[in-house]
Amino acid sequence: MVTATDPRQATALLETRGLTKHFPIRQGLFGRTVGQVKALDGIDLRIAGGQTVGLVGESGCGKSTLGRCLLRVHQPTAGEILYRAPDGTPVDLAALDEQGLKPYRSQIRLIFQDPYSSLNPRMTLLQIVGEPLKVNLGLARPEIEERVAELLRRVGLRPEYMHRYPNAFSGGQRQRVGIARALALSPRLVVADEAVSALDVSVRAQILNLLKDLQEESELTYLFISHDLGVVEYMADEIAVMYVGRVVETGETDALYARPLHPYTEALLSAVPDPAPSSRRRERIVLRGEVADPSRVPSGCPFHPRCFYAQDRCKTEVPALREIAPGRTAACHFADQLQLRGVGE
Amino acid sequence: MSETVLRVKDLRTQFALDDGVVKAVDGVDLEIGRGEVLAVVGESGCGKSVMARSILRLVDKPGRITGGEIWVRDPAGGGLVDLVPADVRTVRQVRGKRIAMVFQEPMTSMSPMHTLGNQIGEAILLHERVTKAEARERTIELLGRVGIPAPERRVDAYPFQMSGGMLQRAMIAMALSCNPELLIADEPTTALDTTTQAQILELLDSLRRDLGMAVMLITHDLGVAARLADRIAVMYLGSVVEHGDTASVFRAPRHPYTKALLGSVPKLGSGSRARLTPVRGMVPHAYQRPTGCPFHPRCEEFMAGRCEVTVPRPTAGPEPGREVRCLLYEDGGGSHKNAGLSKAGDSAGDGTGDSEGDA
Repeated sequence: MVTATDPRQATALLETRGLTKHFPIRQGLFGRTVGQVKALDGIDLRIAGGQTVGLVGESGCGKSTLGRCLLRVHQPTAGEILYRAPDGTPVDLAALDEQGLKPYRSQIRLIFQDPYSSLNPRMTLLQIVGEPLKVNLGLARPEIEERVAELLRRVGLRPEYMHRYPNAFSGGQRQRVGIARALALSPRLVVADEAVSALDVSVRAQILNLLKDLQEESELTYLFISHDLGVVEYMADEIAVMYVGRVVETGETDALYARPLHPYTEALLSAVPDPAPSSRRRERIVLRGEVADPSRVPSGCPFHPRCFYAQDRCKTEVPALREIAPGRTAACHFADQLQLRGVGE
Repeated sequence: MSETVLRVKDLRTQFALDDGVVKAVDGVDLEIGRGEVLAVVGESGCGKSVMARSILRLVDKPGRITGGEIWVRDPAGGGLVDLVPADVRTVRQVRGKRIAMVFQEPMTSMSPMHTLGNQIGEAILLHERVTKAEARERTIELLGRVGIPAPERRVDAYPFQMSGGMLQRAMIAMALSCNPELLIADEPTTALDTTTQAQILELLDSLRRDLGMAVMLITHDLGVAARLADRIAVMYLGSVVEHGDTASVFRAPRHPYTKALLGSVPKLGSGSRARLTPVRGMVPHAYQRPTGCPFHPRCEEFMAGRCEVTVPRPTAGPEPGREVRCLLYEDGGGSHKNAGLSKAGDSAGDGTGDSEGDA
């Protein structure tokens, strides 16, 4: 765990502490609450400035909910979102109301997954990309046009395109528009939620390279949410692996891929089909069963029904996320005993 | 190669639309032997799905097979029969009995109104002389075979009661119901999670091993192809540009498009963070098919004066069974061959995504 004396603390741009989001399940005429979907259950996550943190996990693990909580699209049920404002003071975004959030809205932006449904078909690129400039900065039209032209150029689109509508563009180009819109207000943190998942292989690589270039140019910090472990490895400096609403492992990317500490991470890495010719001989771990239902989380360690290393203790006792090695945390009772297999070498 | 279960020759499927003719499949040659897995890879719009549907004559209007041959084993006798001119009766007998198909989205491929047992049993009742009770028995057996727990209860479940992975298993069970020789799986794992995907790939592999079933795996994911396939065919704009044994194609790709595709995928566990080298530009619009080699406007090894004029013919080599359609390798290729390899490394294609195309 990161403590107040940790030197790395100074560079954290954003940090969550015990972030929790439960969605009530309502039923019947009066909307009686009959259960809770525990989408996030006590998330501690640290995002260092200028870095890319990759958030991986399968559908339903809460990774998108986490991104949305950081943007305060969702109101967290409990916990803190400590954001370091440009002047250095920490602000708890989870405690602010709409009015109080306003100054921070322009500093944390989102890139959406689907480039087709996330752009309004009745707006031109100028309107789409220029809208945040108009609303947040109150710029006049000539200035907006100038800024939009510059933004389009930065994401690799021709400025002349600004008067066209989204339907004139391919998926990859639309995603560039989505990126331009996210960057319009010079944010400090960009949450990319499956930003390349809807794209074809070659276009995906173009967008990944673009995101990397933009990060270098303007010292952006990314929270890169993806289910694709190959893509995350390419993008991220640090990784957090989620399973059913919890972070089960964190660590520096290369170390985590080379030697995972949590059995779920091992299984995920092993399940990725890899085009490298040598990987065919690799022995694979195929997990039993399916991802647990976040409204009926198994007792003890949520991963225990699928875990090959599970013991009696795992059925009853919830493992806490703890430091196993410097910079490495895992939520597994046996993390320091298991010798798990990574990828590479 | 073992006994052929499918041989496609010069298959052409076109869509005559108001704005012009789209040549979705433009001269594809393929062959699959018993128990073999062939992966057909390519990006959206390369015609891989239309090609797969053409084989079962499932192309919807205004699409039409305009030429070529599709030879499969005759359901009535021992020989081969060409499906392109065949009558509806023959095609129906082939569907399900000889060749079965699994689609991408299990949720939308099943009827929400009927139980799994009814839907799978229907196929068995159609193709075989069995009673309803026997069909139900077979269904339960099949559901168990594809790894669905408690099949005797699941047989009465409706699709909405199942998860995506379980439904895809049920789809495969349905496809297996009449012991087909060939299973065409069109992006069978694209809608699934990583660990579920691994389970389904494992299942397909075991079916091939245990039942000797051939599989044509349509996918955009090179990793999935590498995991399962014996041979691989890379498609670009309706034609197979490279074809051969999976390991050798991945180890030493020949066609510039194959090279670029492999350069677009981050290597897992490499730790190197070497910059990706994607194909520059994007797939041209279906109506504006480039002249000559269809890949030439995006090619890193473009030879002016040749590639935009001549349509490359399939060239064999270096290993047996490998074939590539690229002028670099025709008539010995030319001096360009090696210059291109180093060039592909440093000219990243991003940022130029808009420089061509039709926006």
